[in-house]
Amino acid sequence: MNEIDQIPKKHLLSLQLDVSKFEPASAEEKEQHSQMREPSTFFKDGMKKLFKNPLAVGSLIVLLLMVITIVFAPMIVPYGYEEMITVGGVRDKTAKNMPPMQFSELEQQAIANGEEIFPHIFGTDALCRDYFIRVVYGARVSLSVGLFASLIVLMIGLVYGSVSGYVGGRTDLVMMRIVDIIYSLPDLLMVILLSVVLDPLLKDAIAHTSLEKIGTNMISLFIVFGLLYWVSMARLVRGQILSIKKNEYVLAARALGAKPVRIVKKHVLPNCISVIFISTALQIPNAIFTESFLSFIGLGVQAPMPSLGSLANAARQGLESYPYKLVFPAVAICLIVLAFNLLGDGLRDAFDPKLRK
Amino acid sequence: MWKYILKRLGLAVVTVFIIITLTFFSMNAIPGGPFEKEKAPDPAVRAVLEERFHLNKPVGVQFLYYIADLFQGDFGISLKTGRDIMQTLTESFAVSARLGGVAALSALVVGLVLGSIAALRRNGVFDRVIIFFTTLFVSVPSFVLATILLLTFCLKLNWFQVWSATGQQNYFLPILALALYPMSYITRLTKSSMLDVLGQDYIRTARSKGVAESKVIYKHALRNALIPVITYMGPMVAYILTGSLVVETVFTIGGLGSKFVTGITNRDYPMIMATTIFLAVLMVIATLISDLIYKLVDPKISFD
Repeated sequence: MNEIDQIPKKHLLSLQLDVSKFEPASAEEKEQHSQMREPSTFFKDGMKKLFKNPLAVGSLIVLLLMVITIVFAPMIVPYGYEEMITVGGVRDKTAKNMPPMQFSELEQQAIANGEEIFPHIFGTDALCRDYFIRVVYGARVSLSVGLFASLIVLMIGLVYGSVSGYVGGRTDLVMMRIVDIIYSLPDLLMVILLSVVLDPLLKDAIAHTSLEKIGTNMISLFIVFGLLYWVSMARLVRGQILSIKKNEYVLAARALGAKPVRIVKKHVLPNCISVIFISTALQIPNAIFTESFLSFIGLGVQAPMPSLGSLANAARQGLESYPYKLVFPAVAICLIVLAFNLLGDGLRDAFDPKLRK
Repeated sequence: MWKYILKRLGLAVVTVFIIITLTFFSMNAIPGGPFEKEKAPDPAVRAVLEERFHLNKPVGVQFLYYIADLFQGDFGISLKTGRDIMQTLTESFAVSARLGGVAALSALVVGLVLGSIAALRRNGVFDRVIIFFTTLFVSVPSFVLATILLLTFCLKLNWFQVWSATGQQNYFLPILALALYPMSYITRLTKSSMLDVLGQDYIRTARSKGVAESKVIYKHALRNALIPVITYMGPMVAYILTGSLVVETVFTIGGLGSKFVTGITNRDYPMIMATTIFLAVLMVIATLISDLIYKLVDPKISFD
């Protein structure tokens, strides 16, 4: 041992470490230490965390199953959502309000004659239509409304928030005052008001166009989402941009002469994409809630087209005799919203634990 | 503080004004007037009527008249029933206010208690049960909940009579349908903010000084955990007011909500206008009050 390694005798109260109690690392331990972790990106890390969360995985599976059902069920089930059931080309008026998995008299005769008839999984409604396919189409409408509305919110909020946050100064002040005012409007009431008003206004404008089938109420719902619901997204984006704007790499990009649009697109937005992604996912159940609420009070999709809300509303007639007509769309709405909520929570925990309230 | 109150009041006044303007002009944009029916009145009668209701004036002047009438509490008359809307509003709001008030209060009390218990017995059986049910209930739309409650407890189990204006008036189920969502939300909110507060240094200090556990929880933890809950008061009032639209319709209670929905189905425009403005002003006031209380209890928060 060298002279230097000799350590003076430890005093009773001294905090000095006793080197003799340490031993050199073995080769194996050194190996373990130098081993590198496989390179991983932010996205991969987040996904790994997400797939460790059983609730999030479960809801992802539920949503996937639902999407598969609503895409493929109309191809397999031989009934239309607005057609009366027909047996051998004759309208079957006996197939009214049947309980699940039952056949009408005419159909039973046809089966006795050796015909194959697809079962009515959820029964039929008061107008002799297959209820399963109506619920499937209802879920289709509700899900696509949720997705589209969230996309509209995302687009407007992203552009508005980026401009406001990046430009700053007086522009920011004015833009944020507008957001404040829209934010303080009671949104659901305004949705109702605008749906009532836009209905007669739009009716003539969209007559005989491809939009007619969607109905004025759906279009006004999208307009309202475009007008009112983007504000919280705009606030979020602005906040993110304000904090990222101060980073050195933005300064460097500016010094190199990059244009503001390029800086926002290439340097700022990619750094807040996870937060934006998560709040878009959380917006979807919100939009589905609003759509089903409007359909329930009679401001939803146009008549033959079903949505989960309007099916639940229609089921209130004869609730005592045919409770299953309420149960199916109700369970579908709850499952969709629950799955999106849990998935959103999972995404938030995986990608941005700071967001957790 | 005063500056903040004034600023907040100013925003509320602007919001109310915008709501009234938006309602008035959008309703005006609907094509068709009161005299475009099959039986058009005599031109002389029509002129008198137009003069009386200021319909011969430009829209801007009509708007001013409308605002002046609003300030005198005159919402016009319903197209469908011909009754004075103000009277209908006050009568039906008395019913809705009782329903909504009890729902809000029970949501608040039960939510706070359950949330605190869940936070204090973290990861216990009780906590898990509470979190399971609250997660479930925030995913159930109010109309689904109301119809399912009606179906199970009124129609199938016969525990409660179906609500009727003259006979049985049991408020339990409608209140439950209105309160479950905000209750679950408050429970989750209280739990997370309680956990946040319980991890703070001053709680440890209080405990290490030997302060009784109940005092630590009531005096130190709960009071600070309440602050996020206060901010939810405004949204909760808005939720209960709009939730009452469907809950009252489902349970056929003649409150403000069901009057609004009937107005929408009948396209009774003056009624829709009046109810929208009335409910919107209530919501703006609720948000204003909850913001001011928030500022009052926590002076640390700055809003600029």
